[in-house]
Amino acid sequence: MALLEVRDLKRSYYGVQALSGANLTVEAGRITGLIGPNGAGKTTLFNCVSGVVPPDSGTVVFDGRDITGWTPHRIAEVGLIRTFQIARGFPRLSVFENLLLYGNDQPGESVRTAVLSPGSARRREDELVARATAIARRLNLTRVLNDPASALSGGQKKLMEIGRVLMAEPKLILLDEPVAGVNPTLTREIAVQLRGLVNEGLTILLIEHHMDTIAELCDHVVVLAEGRNLAEGSFREMASNEAVQEAYMGRRQWAS
Amino acid sequence: MENYLIAMAVSGCIYALMALGLNVIWGFAGMVNLGLIGFFAVGAYGTALTTLKLGFPMAAGMLTGTVLAAAAGAGVAMITARLRGDYLAIVTLGLAETIRVISSNTIWLTNGTDGLSNIAGPLRGQISPTQFNMLYLAFVATIVAVAYVLAERLRAAPFGRVLRAIRDDEQVAAVAGKDVMAFKIRAFAISAGAIGLAGALYAHYTSYIAPDLFVPLFTLYIKLALLAGGLGNNRGAVIGAFLIVFFLESTRFVIPLVPMISAVQGAALREILIAALLIVLLRYNPQGLVPERLPRLPVADAAPGKPQTI
Repeated sequence: MALLEVRDLKRSYYGVQALSGANLTVEAGRITGLIGPNGAGKTTLFNCVSGVVPPDSGTVVFDGRDITGWTPHRIAEVGLIRTFQIARGFPRLSVFENLLLYGNDQPGESVRTAVLSPGSARRREDELVARATAIARRLNLTRVLNDPASALSGGQKKLMEIGRVLMAEPKLILLDEPVAGVNPTLTREIAVQLRGLVNEGLTILLIEHHMDTIAELCDHVVVLAEGRNLAEGSFREMASNEAVQEAYMGRRQWAS
Repeated sequence: MENYLIAMAVSGCIYALMALGLNVIWGFAGMVNLGLIGFFAVGAYGTALTTLKLGFPMAAGMLTGTVLAAAAGAGVAMITARLRGDYLAIVTLGLAETIRVISSNTIWLTNGTDGLSNIAGPLRGQISPTQFNMLYLAFVATIVAVAYVLAERLRAAPFGRVLRAIRDDEQVAAVAGKDVMAFKIRAFAISAGAIGLAGALYAHYTSYIAPDLFVPLFTLYIKLALLAGGLGNNRGAVIGAFLIVFFLESTRFVIPLVPMISAVQGAALREILIAALLIVLLRYNPQGLVPERLPRLPVADAAPGKPQTI
């Protein structure tokens, strides 16, 4: 059974249909790419799946559970974590804290523990610190761990986002344009990282406009246009698909 | 004069407790609350009414006032779940004014604008006024010390980290798996509880409360105390509170030295002076006297020059 099943998802904003019946299947253990021209509804699909925005209709089934309309924190708790297109985060927290925050099952988040027995949260905190340190090392963020997140470069912020997601020990991660605005060297580095994660058993669904990255990374590509599915298959198939070319570049008027 | 100084120290402690409470909601969680004085009033009336009318002992009365204020805080957090920034400020300001208007008009309960008098104080009447003042100062100072320790624990704990995350971006905090609403309700309740306790302490100290004490200006003093001391920093909250009391009181002695002004002009000049002091302070310390600091954690294997591998 697929890890994520999205069926006939609809969502409109003030009369504009952002999603008009989108379907998506994400198989475990691979990287699925979600592509499509601007305004196709890719980010809206992410928002509906991650609970940030409730869908008008349709169903989202994750890991055998119907999570349609759940709140974002409950969806996160069952192992589906997303990132945002513009690297969003907690600028006034240190990079370390940004990572630690995503750690789950921290008893020190309850007021009673925080006030009455701060020591009992420490063991979990030590585990989280060890994990954050390892993730930071892997993502080359060790030197900036104690800097405020606002001091990072754009590319480092993208790496931090990936690191935060990993802290939550998710089953599926949704990445919204993980390499947008990132320099070519770092783009390759991020691609290598993502492939490494999938080889270790993670599943990734990503939105990206950078076609080389899609070609290199994605095992399966789903094309969305005007709020619904246009086509899906391998990247090579999609690149040669006429409907997809038309959605991206328009119709060839003077075909010979 | 010594009674005056002790009284000012007691006010400083009461301000400090309020500033610590405000820091939880505004400093940590970034939620504007202009209704502090409303929770202060709930705490003050809570203890005054239960001790005067129901014969509660003082400790039980203060506890009741604190719990009522915390419950009111939790209620406000639930009502304003979707509000942020200016809108939250308007609603909380309105709420405090509503509480004041209600206390002025429910004459059967609160004695209206005449206020409630003869609120008991610990050993009041059995010891000299100076001794009473000293005793009360020791009492409130202990409470402030305990509140400070608890507030520091909250800040340093993962709980505080979640609140600061909510301050930066609520939606990302939710996606990170945090039940934002539950955290906001808790923060609001803790904050309102501390402020309510300050109100209860005030009532038992002065023995008299009336609606006209609970004006928005008082809320602004506490906000200024926290800003001057350092938003987000508990030490700053306490220092700022004493600083504000010092500004408010010391200017009282400066005005008579200014020649050829009337009493009304003197009062206005005093406000100008307080404002000028705050502007100068914040001009040179934009983040307050004790700015908030990021916690630094030791990083293993980060020796400079060591090659980094991915």
